[in-house]
Amino acid sequence: MTLLIQGATLPDGSRADLLIDGGVVAELGSGLSRAGSTVIDADGLQALPGLVDLHTHLREPGFEQSETVLSGSRAAAAGGFTAVHAMANTSPVADTAGVVEQVASLGDQHGYVTVRPIGAVSMGLAGERLSEIGAMAQSRAAVRVFSDDGKCVADALLMRRALEYVKTFGGVIAQHAQEPRLTEGAQLNEGALSSELGLAGWPAVAEEAIIARDVLLAQHVGARLHVCHVSTAGSVEVVRWAKARGIPVTAEVTPHHLLLDEQLATGYDARFKVNPPLRRAEDVLALRAALADGVIDIVATDHAPHPIEAKECAWQEAAFGMVGLESALSVVQAAVVDTGQLSWSDVARVFSSTPAEIGRLSGYDAPFTVGAPAHLTLIDPSARRRFSIEQLRGKSLNSPYLGRELPGRVVATVHRGLPTVLDGELRPVEEVAARVAD
Amino acid sequence: MTALKHLLSVRDLDRDASVGILDLAEDMADVATRAVPKLPTLRGRTVANLFFEDSTRTRLSFEAAAKRLGADVITVSAKGSSVSKGESLKDTAQTIAAMGIDAVVLRHGASGAARVLADSGWIDAAVVNAGDGTHEHPTQGLLDSYTMRKAVHGEGSRGADLQGLRVTIVGDILHSRVARSNVWLLQTLGASVHLVGPETLLPQGVESWPVTSGTDFDAALDEKPDVVMMLRVQSERMLAAYFPNEREYARQWGLDDVRLARLAPDTMVMHPGPMNRGLEISSAAADSARSLVLDQVTNGVSIRMAVLYLMLAGSEQSA
Amino acid sequence: MAARTVLHQADIARALTRISHEILESDRGSGLVILGIPTRGVALAQRIGAILDQLAPGSAQVGALDVTMYRDDLAKQPTRTPSPTSVPPGGIDGKTVVLVDDVLYSGRTIRAALDALSDLGRPRAVRLATLIDRGHRDLPIRADFVGKNLPTSNSQRIYVKLLEIDGQDLVAIFDEEDHG
Repeated sequence: MTLLIQGATLPDGSRADLLIDGGVVAELGSGLSRAGSTVIDADGLQALPGLVDLHTHLREPGFEQSETVLSGSRAAAAGGFTAVHAMANTSPVADTAGVVEQVASLGDQHGYVTVRPIGAVSMGLAGERLSEIGAMAQSRAAVRVFSDDGKCVADALLMRRALEYVKTFGGVIAQHAQEPRLTEGAQLNEGALSSELGLAGWPAVAEEAIIARDVLLAQHVGARLHVCHVSTAGSVEVVRWAKARGIPVTAEVTPHHLLLDEQLATGYDARFKVNPPLRRAEDVLALRAALADGVIDIVATDHAPHPIEAKECAWQEAAFGMVGLESALSVVQAAVVDTGQLSWSDVARVFSSTPAEIGRLSGYDAPFTVGAPAHLTLIDPSARRRFSIEQLRGKSLNSPYLGRELPGRVVATVHRGLPTVLDGELRPVEEVAARVAD
Repeated sequence: MTALKHLLSVRDLDRDASVGILDLAEDMADVATRAVPKLPTLRGRTVANLFFEDSTRTRLSFEAAAKRLGADVITVSAKGSSVSKGESLKDTAQTIAAMGIDAVVLRHGASGAARVLADSGWIDAAVVNAGDGTHEHPTQGLLDSYTMRKAVHGEGSRGADLQGLRVTIVGDILHSRVARSNVWLLQTLGASVHLVGPETLLPQGVESWPVTSGTDFDAALDEKPDVVMMLRVQSERMLAAYFPNEREYARQWGLDDVRLARLAPDTMVMHPGPMNRGLEISSAAADSARSLVLDQVTNGVSIRMAVLYLMLAGSEQSA
Repeated sequence: MAARTVLHQADIARALTRISHEILESDRGSGLVILGIPTRGVALAQRIGAILDQLAPGSAQVGALDVTMYRDDLAKQPTRTPSPTSVPPGGIDGKTVVLVDDVLYSGRTIRAALDALSDLGRPRAVRLATLIDRGHRDLPIRADFVGKNLPTSNSQRIYVKLLEIDGQDLVAIFDEEDHG
């Protein structure tokens, strides 16, 4: 099928028509036409390269009551994504070639997004022995990103070995920085608020100390380190220091850490419980500035679905995590685009080309050029609406934005030249799967 | 008189509401002196004690309070691990609510549990926080203030606050919901508070609280406070060792006989109970003439009667 | 506003004096305890007590009996603040208790007072003194000593003002139909 997108605004601000045929951008110009094409009138719409999430939890295999590869892929497409990296804390854990190949092939079968499995660093996420890193790298899933996310690789020797191992094939270790001994039973950012609320604190130093150790290890080994969900101003400074020394470290921030702070926990509503926790207003501002000046390289959602009963309880009994695929672009727009700190071309960089590069995912380096794979999304930046359950497309409802007014709306998403979202609605499962089979 | 929908935190009470509750407790205290120490006021109402944590004294105190007002009481001891092993808070609350109850007195190991229950929409009943994790224990704060007020003003207590009273609270402040409720309520009533304990047991950000704080108990006693409130050293709450051993704790922060002797004769000694005699408080101190520990227990019933009356006696508050 | 004053200060004083004499005459020597029902009943009880003390010193003790907790209509109204109850040192057991109120209407307040009394002890007898009896009883209650009988309709309101509380002594009837 051919797609003709007319009058879209590209990330660099120019207007163009795009003709998509055979899975690639076939023509780029103005006044294009092609008989038999599906036409999308993109006047007033912002075109972005397909978003690439370097940090998602798809929960399958093992936790299908919260999310599956299919439901997570649909949620991602609805949010403008064309590729997601699926974290390894499934059941069984993604620590062998078999599991990662299964997850990758499920993603391909469903067809909404490219699913790139992330491999665990340690067997069973136990933090003791390395997992089958080499086998996962060589499998059909071609894993390049390894992470024990959910847990920290706390053992310094294990972290060193993991960095040395992935160096051989250009992989990257993505660390969930949380010193376990300083955060036992932690519930909320440590500070005056946690003391008042009577909730055990999660001190900033528990994140910063691990990042400091890991950047020095990365320097020592000469291997790539990626820091997941940076949440504090102090962590930003450590990363800044490391980059100034040429250490090969990249860092991500979540949309919720760009918009929300710890004060939301005052009513003990567990929708705001997340790991790492929401921090102070000063941290939110520091993270925005760091994303704007490049110390933080990318945005990644850390989409973490949970069933209703895991959030409808007292705070310290609740699970950590928020869903975020459907809301991510709107939250980024509210936090840093509408404030003038990032342009849409910057968003393309932090939410598509750079995460693809970190994950060694091909096809995202030169979007909107003739011959490039057609992964893109069209959004209406002028839309404003109250975020509601109707906009959630995954299986879980634990969003902190319900009832909040957010800007922007995804109108269309195209993955490998085929539409997954048109007129703001997901294309049906059978249709997307059938086109993949063609 | 402002009715209460829920009592979750003393921070929801302003000065007038707090004094109002203390004054009402005076009337309730008089009931105990009658030939028939019972009122028919809450006849036909049912109060459910929902205790996810053991606490004989608080539970009995609320039971006595409800019964003295003529209400029916059901007690549910839903003890189980606080991490979703036992029946959940939502299910337990809805089960007893389906039996028709007017108020839930909730004690739970998770901070904020009472607010989660009150805001959830799972039940219609009024919620009284009888202790949630390390967050607050509002009726304890109220009975402590009532006890201090009575000791200071005696028969002239009605309408009085605690302006100018100097209170020192000693012990494991970090994990103490009693300390938190006292800090906020004493401030509302015009008293000044000084917190003392090991550095490891003073909360993060205590500098932003409306108190002074320090680690030297003897220096605090040199300031001649009007009230010395000792907190229980709560070994079951500690996730990791906060001080080397009990002997060291008792030596530095215990109200032993030496420190007892340095107190002025009219200094009040208080303890929310249960007491670790010989650890944070010596037997002599606990049993001394200055000790208000038993008054605290008696006053607990009066305060809880006042709270239940305010929550259940009137019609629903109009918006 | 169409209000008629039906009792002036002098009328009230005469009524209380007559009531006090009647109370003394009916006393059979078991000791009198005069308990006023808040708010204005308390002031009236104190005046009666003062008069009794002049007529027969030591014949009576005065106190107050709050009935808020015993009302049968608590759940239908916003929460009420109780007033203090003060029972004289000799208690009420075996005594003749005279309840004092300003207006006797449905009788429900007195019913509540009788319940409150029974939780305080066992008087030998209970009598009721009221300044105004306006009729329309819902319960089988009657006053033993009445200042003035004032037949009224349900649409009329009675206002009692006393020096100790309102700064003046008078009783007025207000017709609700005649709005100013």
